[in-house]
Amino acid sequence: MIKILYVGRHAEITETVLRLINARENWLGLGAATDFDAVSLFAQNDFDIVLLGCGLPDESERDLSGIFRAQKPEIIIIPHYGGGSGLLANEILSALSQ
Amino acid sequence: MDRKDFIKKGLMRTGMFVASAAMGEVLKNDIDEIKELEPVGFNHLPNTESKVLENTVLHKANTRGHASHGWLDSHHTFSFANYHNPERMHFGVLRVLNDDRVDAGMGFGRHPHDNMEIISIPLEGDLEHQDSMGNTAVIRKGDIQVMSAGTGIFHSEYNKNKDRLTKFLQIWVYPNKRNVTPRYDQITLNQSDRHNKLQQILSPNSDDEGVWINQDAWFHLGTFDKDANAEYSLKKSGNGIYAFVIKGDFSIGNIALNERDGLGIWDTSAIDITANSQDAEILLMEVPMSLK
Repeated sequence: MIKILYVGRHAEITETVLRLINARENWLGLGAATDFDAVSLFAQNDFDIVLLGCGLPDESERDLSGIFRAQKPEIIIIPHYGGGSGLLANEILSALSQ
Repeated sequence: MDRKDFIKKGLMRTGMFVASAAMGEVLKNDIDEIKELEPVGFNHLPNTESKVLENTVLHKANTRGHASHGWLDSHHTFSFANYHNPERMHFGVLRVLNDDRVDAGMGFGRHPHDNMEIISIPLEGDLEHQDSMGNTAVIRKGDIQVMSAGTGIFHSEYNKNKDRLTKFLQIWVYPNKRNVTPRYDQITLNQSDRHNKLQQILSPNSDDEGVWINQDAWFHLGTFDKDANAEYSLKKSGNGIYAFVIKGDFSIGNIALNERDGLGIWDTSAIDITANSQDAEILLMEVPMSLK
């Protein structure tokens, strides 16, 4: 089971990305709109991948990455591009293969 | 922990998002729901034949990923949607090159994009675009459309014609800056300005020819008579260039290219192209080779 945290500020895109993730067998996705929620979720769940989605300021990406890696050094953190079905699965599959 | 427990745990302890298939109905569009295809095998062709250009990658047209969904027939030069080929992920910051055919009256329903520079080049027919920024427009051959998706937009694209196909190239380039304000633009070019020469259609500069994007990329189109040639000098050191043959046959250096073939070249400052057929059309995309 691959557990994925998506962090993004755009609510509709977050819902779309999560729907796409959860439509795939063996992938589970949760999303957070704020840094606080992201940190809370990360602490409560054993994620494999974090997708840094749209609208996150540089400092949020940096701070969140630092917090997540401090808690779980092997966590895969990747910036998500595209916002929908075009690249999502490829980004995740590529990250997993590395 | 199973799927249900995982989602429940996340929801109960926080006010987070979760989207299930049921919740997703409102945002459903045909592309999102396409069934997964079988993985396509290794089809990256290292170009070992060239004596002139060593730093090249050749993508023959018939090695591209292919998805046929009835109303949409798409060839993917690089991995896209259900086509995943680790050897075909991108050429530098050029991430998507889709060669799409859309049936009459059909199209892509409302769907999101973010953090991507998206360029559409119509080849045939009329494509209607609507987006969450309030733009409604039709593009046709001779037009170039660009969207900087930035912090996020929703849009739809339909074949406006009820009686004929629309064909267009859909190109995605990674931006050099994340989370820019979304932007839409389209221009109409004089196609005679690309006869036996290269016409710039895209650059990083808003005051330059063509549309502009948030990336150090330059695109050119050219339509050539048989045996006509042109030289292209790269604009920025370190960039690579990806040539895509829209129609007919070309040679770049000593490499022969046929319709819908793609050739990526890096570590070069200039290339020579020669048309091997009449009315041959080519698209040249100069892009950075890495994302900074």
